[in-house]
Amino acid sequence: MLKMRVIPCLDVKDGRVVKGVNFVDLIDAGDPVSQARIYDAEGADELCFLDITASAEDRSTLYDAVRRTAEECFMPLTVGGGIRNTDDIRKLLLAGADKTSINTTAVSNPDFVREAAEKFGSQCIVVAIDAKQTAPGKWEVFTHGGRRATGLDAIDWAKRMAEMGAGEILLTSMDRDGTKSGFDIALTQKVADAIRIPVIASGGVGTLDHLVDGIRDGHATAVLAASIFHFGTYRIADAKAHLAQAGIPVRL
Amino acid sequence: MTTVVIDYGSGNLRSAAKALERAARESGADGRVLVTNHADSLRGATRVVLPGVGAFADCRRGLAKVPGMEEALKQVVLKEGRPFLGICVGMQLLADRGREFETVDGLGWIKGEVAPLVPSDPKLKIPHMGWNQLQMHRKHPVLDGIENDAHAYFVHSYALTAADPKDLIATVDYGGAVTAVVGRDNIIGVQFHPEKSQATGLKLIANFLRWKP
Repeated sequence: MLKMRVIPCLDVKDGRVVKGVNFVDLIDAGDPVSQARIYDAEGADELCFLDITASAEDRSTLYDAVRRTAEECFMPLTVGGGIRNTDDIRKLLLAGADKTSINTTAVSNPDFVREAAEKFGSQCIVVAIDAKQTAPGKWEVFTHGGRRATGLDAIDWAKRMAEMGAGEILLTSMDRDGTKSGFDIALTQKVADAIRIPVIASGGVGTLDHLVDGIRDGHATAVLAASIFHFGTYRIADAKAHLAQAGIPVRL
Repeated sequence: MTTVVIDYGSGNLRSAAKALERAARESGADGRVLVTNHADSLRGATRVVLPGVGAFADCRRGLAKVPGMEEALKQVVLKEGRPFLGICVGMQLLADRGREFETVDGLGWIKGEVAPLVPSDPKLKIPHMGWNQLQMHRKHPVLDGIENDAHAYFVHSYALTAADPKDLIATVDYGGAVTAVVGRDNIIGVQFHPEKSQATGLKLIANFLRWKP
């Protein structure tokens, strides 16, 4: 039986791990490789690096962190943030990433997703969608770390990205991110039910019950969290055991 | 003693090569790993690994484009019988043909076809992505020490169906039985990614490095 995935996410800036609340107020807290090693040993199902300063800055620190991680961790690694062209993807894959997550560039140039999927295969193209609720039952796609509205409906956008060849959707509720109040379940369920490709729920995890909700009620097949693991509030093994107890298939 | 990983422009060869090096180091098996797109380098190989991600037809064309590679593969694998491991699309390419977007001939080393996954439960997501449990159909030296129900990391939307049940070594359940491992003689192919399957994957790779078919 296919197991539901628990994915710890490390926010990386200048090659160092940080984690913010609502994407501001960042706290420096460590080396990505040592963090990755711990998650690998604890049985995380995948690992995600989000490069949050990715703008125009020198990305060599990121490639170096990916390279050092891939040398030690034999688990799937997704890297996102600041990917603008197929050359950025190629460099990350060569450094040792297995998947790349595309957000802003997908919005500014949707054909890029098709081009990337055709060139590298859908399995390594994750489209990240940052969504905010704008009305009851309506969510809008935002970019630039939640600062810029796009006018795109999140559910329609997810469908379009799936058609373009995305292998997976990483769905983050900007309303919940950093709040520890749980995933936006209504959003997650609407997106997951609308598309055939897997959805990773993200944004708002504060307790292990939230992980259960994301899969059982949100219909996600993977859950992503940063703070609860990073600051040691819960271990990966606690999360897995809790999901198993709730009857959700996980790899123990 | 050189394990050659064939580079034909498909996917993440670094992780496959790193996993081979790590498994070799930990198990004391054959050490050297060479990633190459030169057919000549293949002739000196003790073992051959064909990775592959993406679409069947793209991979098939990518492989055909490397000058002399197919002839060299036939020589070292089919004629000289050196151990061969195909991973993901590198395993699917063993089939007679693939039906992904278009119908394209494979290497034809394992009788069978590659076709879209059609899980019995329409709610199951495509691609089949994540950790799933191996169901062993028979023993194989490359799976030695890997328990029935061991987890491996899969990501694929198409699967190989072997024409000869003798070639089927393990399956995985995803709305029905899906081929996970095929093989005959000195050839083995795995649908999952051993280089991403943590301890189980490293075990499989170490077994492959010691395998004397």
